[in-house]
Amino acid sequence: MNTLVVGALAIWASAWWFNVRLSKLPQNRLVGLLQPLLFGVTLLVLWELLVRGFAVSPVLLPAPSAIGARFAASLPILWADLVQTFVKGALTGYAIGCGSAILVAIAVDRLPFLRRGLLPVGNFVAALPIIGMAPIMVMWFGFDWQSKAAVVVLMCFFPMLVNSVQGLITTDHLQRDLMRTYAASYWQTLFKLRLPAASPFLFNGLKICTTLALIGAIVAEFFGSPTVGMGFRISTEVGRLQLDMVWAEITVAAVVGSSFYGLVALVERMVTFWHPSQRG
Amino acid sequence: MILQRLLSGNTLPVLTVVGFIIALWYLMAVVLNAPWAYDQAGRQGVTLGFDDLVAATWSQDRPRLPAPHQVTAEFWKTTVEVAPTSRRSLVHHAWITLSATLLGFAMGTALGILLAVAIVHNRAMDASVMPWVIASQTIPILAIAPMIIVVLASLGLTGLLPKAVISMYLSFFPVAVGMVKGLRSPDRMLLDQMHTWNASRTQTFARLRWPAALPFLFASLKVAVAASLVGAIIGELPTGAVAGLGARMLSGSYYGQTVQIWSALVMASILAASLVALVGLAERVTGRLMGARP
Repeated sequence: MNTLVVGALAIWASAWWFNVRLSKLPQNRLVGLLQPLLFGVTLLVLWELLVRGFAVSPVLLPAPSAIGARFAASLPILWADLVQTFVKGALTGYAIGCGSAILVAIAVDRLPFLRRGLLPVGNFVAALPIIGMAPIMVMWFGFDWQSKAAVVVLMCFFPMLVNSVQGLITTDHLQRDLMRTYAASYWQTLFKLRLPAASPFLFNGLKICTTLALIGAIVAEFFGSPTVGMGFRISTEVGRLQLDMVWAEITVAAVVGSSFYGLVALVERMVTFWHPSQRG
Repeated sequence: MILQRLLSGNTLPVLTVVGFIIALWYLMAVVLNAPWAYDQAGRQGVTLGFDDLVAATWSQDRPRLPAPHQVTAEFWKTTVEVAPTSRRSLVHHAWITLSATLLGFAMGTALGILLAVAIVHNRAMDASVMPWVIASQTIPILAIAPMIIVVLASLGLTGLLPKAVISMYLSFFPVAVGMVKGLRSPDRMLLDQMHTWNASRTQTFARLRWPAALPFLFASLKVAVAASLVGAIIGELPTGAVAGLGARMLSGSYYGQTVQIWSALVMASILAASLVALVGLAERVTGRLMGARP
């Protein structure tokens, strides 16, 4: 046992003890924020110390400091990859996929027969490994970002469709009757009552699709891509055993993925402030 | 009577939608494969009538979009007409993927349940680990599957386990979140009732929390098993297209064998549907055993 490993164990024990103490304190925002933060920092420190202590080969697991150094050194590459994969591939596909799913849901909603048929089929398709369509999309739309966007469209469409269709049938008779007594037209009912009532469901779908979009765009690049993009970078750098670069890309993906999710959740909070789940 | 049930139930609408999708598929096959058919016909100096065009687009060797009957024929050929032990058999590849899926699913379920139990019973775990369970899902694990496979391979782990690890990572999350919700679902009254009976923590867990959590568990398991399958398929991509459904897709895309990709996709869909159905069956059986009324 060397000192670094002992140090790591000591830090782990003291952080654990401190966290237990913290959880006994009266809970407020600061404590609620401090606890997961402490856990995360402890994890990073442990990682660093154990990698150094056991002299783990950087081919297996690079230390966080090495990843940070590589991250800082290759900002332009990371940025170019981010634009290619996230902005061009994932965001375009996300917008088209979710947008068309909502439109289809609204259209289908006028025909109860179609809705009863589409809901089970949509639920079924949403459980299928749609990501397997990636090689086909790459064949159809070429190596560039269009094929990645197509994969994202496919992945987002069905979860979003199921959520939208379900959201649009949440209004009850009383509410719809009220709109009728106001002599509201179909479109007025849609915009004033049914879409707002559906928005918790819509946002649920939108949030699920944020993660699907990023994953779809990255994985689609494994089947062929131009020499830029997060998926391309990950698969080639793994081949060259440059794992610090891979981890830098993972950091970017995690940060971008969670900010995208967080952004949608923030918009949800602003739009559906009236819903019980947001009032807590 | 039967007709009435057909009209009021979901069967007829679902069949209509499925029929519509198949019709659309055939139509798209004509549209997408037409350029190649015209090209071939132009080289041979013949003009294509509509009948010829349809026949030509539905029977190409490497179509952009194979027609459903082509996929079915390939599926039949590779499942029934080839011995299941052969490397050309889709059953062989499906079994490789399925075994990794099931192993990963079992490990993920166990990890998810353990985490949920710890989170529910320990406040420090709840406050410090729960946010990271959620944050762990922001790492697109499917994207780093190649790295995990390579790293585990250099540690001497190859074959089933690396793929199962990816499946586990994908499936533990829904189970953990669902179980935390489920174990907390008994309300104050029920917990107080256990308290008045002087029930120990273990007893409360076994008699109240666990049974109350089961419906949540099964709902999560359905999500988790589907995610496991996706994880196993993606885990097969970087292994160099050796075996498994993911490998079939990758080699299909290397050699332009679209029919092969599609039949692998069909197989994956059948696996996913049966796995979800099996979890549903287990849910009903458990419910019956516990005395739930339909």
